[in-house]
Amino acid sequence: MKLFDYARADSVATATRDGAVPGARFIAGGTNLLDLMKLQVETPETLVDISRLALTEIEEREDGGLTIGALVPNSDLAADARVIERYPVLSRALLAGASGQLRNKASTGGNLLQRTRCYYFYDPATPCNKREPGSGCSAIGGENRILAILGTSDQCIATHPSDMAVAMRALEAVIVTQKPDGDRRRIAIGDFYRLPAATPEIENVLEPGELITHVELPPAPAGRQTYRKVRDRASYAFALVSVAGIVAIEGGRIASARLAFGGLGPMPWRNEAVEAALVGQEPTDAAFHAAADALLADARGYGSNDFKIPLTRRTLVATLRELTQEG
Amino acid sequence: MFGFGKDDTNALTMNQPHPDSLLDTGVQGVISKPLDRVDGPKKVTGTATYAAEYAIENVAHGVLVSATKGHAKIKAIDADAVKAIPGVIDVITDYDTFIRNSQQGGETSAPTQGVRTIDYFGEIIAIVVAESFEVARDAAKQLKVDYEPLDGTFDYEANKGEAEPAPDGLIKGHYDQGDFDKAFENAPVKVDVTYTTPSQNSAAMEPHASIAVWEDGALTLYGAYQMPTSDAQQLAKALGVAQSKVRIISRYIGGGFGSKLGIAPESVAAAIAAKQLGRPVKAVMLRQQVFDATVRRSNTEQRMRLGAEAGGRIVALGHESITSNLPDEDFFEPVGIGTHFLYGGENRRINHDVVRLNWTLSGSMRAPGEAVGMVGMECAMDELAEAIGMDPIALRKVNDPQQDPELKVPYSSRNLTRSLEEGAKHFGWDQRQAPGQRREGDWLIGMGVAAACRSNQLQQSAAKVELHPDGSATVSSAMTDIGTGSYTIMAQIAAEILGLPVEKVTMSLGDTNDPPAAGSGGSWGAASAGSAVYLAAERVRERLAKAMGVKPEDLTLKDGMAIGDNRSVPLAELVGKDGLSAIGEIKPGQQEKQFNQASYGAHFAEVGVNVVTGEVRVRRMLGVFAAGRVLNAKTARSQCLGGMTFGIGTALTEDLIHDPRTGKLVNHDLAEYHVPVNADVPQLEVHFLDERDIHANPIHAKGIGELGISGAAPAVVNAIYNATGVRVREMPVTLDKLLDHLPAL
Repeated sequence: MKLFDYARADSVATATRDGAVPGARFIAGGTNLLDLMKLQVETPETLVDISRLALTEIEEREDGGLTIGALVPNSDLAADARVIERYPVLSRALLAGASGQLRNKASTGGNLLQRTRCYYFYDPATPCNKREPGSGCSAIGGENRILAILGTSDQCIATHPSDMAVAMRALEAVIVTQKPDGDRRRIAIGDFYRLPAATPEIENVLEPGELITHVELPPAPAGRQTYRKVRDRASYAFALVSVAGIVAIEGGRIASARLAFGGLGPMPWRNEAVEAALVGQEPTDAAFHAAADALLADARGYGSNDFKIPLTRRTLVATLRELTQEG
Repeated sequence: MFGFGKDDTNALTMNQPHPDSLLDTGVQGVISKPLDRVDGPKKVTGTATYAAEYAIENVAHGVLVSATKGHAKIKAIDADAVKAIPGVIDVITDYDTFIRNSQQGGETSAPTQGVRTIDYFGEIIAIVVAESFEVARDAAKQLKVDYEPLDGTFDYEANKGEAEPAPDGLIKGHYDQGDFDKAFENAPVKVDVTYTTPSQNSAAMEPHASIAVWEDGALTLYGAYQMPTSDAQQLAKALGVAQSKVRIISRYIGGGFGSKLGIAPESVAAAIAAKQLGRPVKAVMLRQQVFDATVRRSNTEQRMRLGAEAGGRIVALGHESITSNLPDEDFFEPVGIGTHFLYGGENRRINHDVVRLNWTLSGSMRAPGEAVGMVGMECAMDELAEAIGMDPIALRKVNDPQQDPELKVPYSSRNLTRSLEEGAKHFGWDQRQAPGQRREGDWLIGMGVAAACRSNQLQQSAAKVELHPDGSATVSSAMTDIGTGSYTIMAQIAAEILGLPVEKVTMSLGDTNDPPAAGSGGSWGAASAGSAVYLAAERVRERLAKAMGVKPEDLTLKDGMAIGDNRSVPLAELVGKDGLSAIGEIKPGQQEKQFNQASYGAHFAEVGVNVVTGEVRVRRMLGVFAAGRVLNAKTARSQCLGGMTFGIGTALTEDLIHDPRTGKLVNHDLAEYHVPVNADVPQLEVHFLDERDIHANPIHAKGIGELGISGAAPAVVNAIYNATGVRVREMPVTLDKLLDHLPAL
């Protein structure tokens, strides 16, 4: 670990001010950042500790949604009665992530900003364009079992590791931020992340010093919700594939569908063509396979992750069956 | 090594059976009881001191520097910039003395030395010493090393054709009996299948750690080592100092599983640095370094050929393996070690070939040989049972031999068939259905069985028992407790024989200043060091009898009282003002040549396989084990639980991945090297059969620690087949290997 300065923020204003200094990084739970600092994948000059800011509440919104403070621990969010009742997809996604101890420490804002778990990103002894732009991608042509099949580039095939963010993508969450100049932004989660293209080191649209203060959840859409995570062990493993699904049936046809995916791409993945393939259809396997066709049209395997393509199809079809079966 | 001290020594070489045991005639009633660990309170209160935790004055912090090439020569190391970092004390390297890799267990020579040429990615080449760990770690990362790259051999698949016969070692590299080829050719029923297992890491919780302290030319090393007696010899040889100048203290060890049998690179680096700097140096390996630069279990490729008669009797048994190791290393994964004696069959071929790769050293990991060799053997038996149309248990019973099929000597004790029968009864084996028939919702359910076997070993070991004037006792030995329960069972043995409550026995383990012992490895610890305690306590007991004026056989010891000749005398009155002490020393002898000694058992597993995704979840497991006398029913059970959990890892999750371009370990941390977590481990049930082995040792116990893993993985794999009708022969059985074979959605 490199030596670093430590600043404890006592307000959002001081946090954004201190966070805007080059080399500064916010720290809340530290469940990902500290690991990366030990390995010197992250080498901040200054850590701005935001963990004492008053961003720990979950509040009702007038529109029937919820506003979640950025520092609400994953455990608390998963256990909140309103979340369990209105957003079960989110509660399930949270509980599918990490371990009990990590969820106690991990914050809502930090979870959105987790870095990839690509083996090579974690190993400074190997080239990685995300860690060291221009050095090359070791995962292409190397071991890539856990890596992406959608949204990749010839520079990077990393996945975003969050479960929570996948559910939030299906729920069309809005990420609320504050910049050093005091401006606040409300960024739709669909606009928050960036594809790697030629700049895999840039993962989202946040500007220097810009701090996530809240996440807004719009009122829950109609329909049944579920989160299905497929992984190599029963707990404490990142998703090979995960599906956050919300599907409503009316008159025997799919009235609305929201589907987001983890483990497939560099961001919590959503493709509205998948949902469009379903809406208005009877809930049949043929419709489900058509949805999978739409999702996987541009999928590309890199060797040891080829299996994710059939696995995604099967998981999606089974999840849609679960969401649409009667009873 | 032995002949320790001037104390009265009670030595026994196991040349004869030892039918009478004081553990059977003792009346204290503590032996075999499920007592809590005597070291438990210290561990849960954080007062058990592990190697890295000793508070040594003026200690400097060392962090090891890992090579970032798979095969290269070091041209130069530029340490100047790093030495200029505030807080850095020095950068120490010694191209000749640093060890290339860990040493194997029990060796008394130095491991392969010299790091000018890098033979595997992550090899330790230097140590940066600083006033704080954090500064040392940063500086180690910044050290500039100039390499001249060399062509390496990094890809197993591309190079396995170059594999050569393994040198004879613990077992023969190649073994042929009868006419295997002809017998197999003519066998009415044949199975010819190949199973593979990947490299694995022990993944003990505690990383390898050493604190080196020199005083007057003598080294004290606080280390996390399983075998301090031979480790001190290895370290002395590596450093070029007299053995008498090296003391290792290894009182608590946070798991070893073989990875701490021999000295690892941090010990030598810390010792060299401490000597050069004239102050104590601590070196704790980073988690990634534990993976990269200690020891792995080799990957294996196992061709199984079983030829049988229609009734199931095996007539040809072939187990041919390819494993990998570094150049110039003698160790090979003894894949067929259990195959030599588990089943009958006149015509046999058990071969081991090794391909030389620029990969991390391969060495012993929990049950070397059986842990992975039983995957090939016991899955092939499942396939043979199916080919014949026979119940897998019935097939094993038909092939349960009356004597060692190769050495033609009797078994000292063998309860394989009984283990299978008891297990079948407890598990509900009769509920097993044909493959692919049982389904609950999205889950296909199946049952599997496998035999367990593990050769028993007795290793020369000594221990000292002192009975103090206050009637309490102390047991001391260079034996270790790596989490297995040695502290507890050795206290129980002494307490049973001396008639003391266990609380009256103080234990001292893990210090080479105490009588030498073989330490913890190969499941020999309890039997070996335990027998040494037995012998020492027996001698003390004899002297108590003398003091009482009775024959030993007429003496009863209970609750601190000596009873005999119609008198009852407190021990404190008999021992005198100086107390009584004796050394016990056990040595292996003719009994292990005249008998095949091994422990046996049976594993049963029930798994669910998700019909959509191919995810496998173990629903329950049951093991029946026969390992001689169980010295502590609780710690023995825990050993088996741990072994069965390891087996789940082998079957389902553990896969140490080498990048074929560099040999480097890709998933060298606990996030991506998947050992089973609690959620992967369901209800595990352990049963022990009542057994005594009078040929093994005076306490009649055999090894347990590695029996629990042996056979656990194939039971799970066979259950997957029973659930799905799909044979996956490549470990671990991750979902991608099942996916294409599951019903279409």
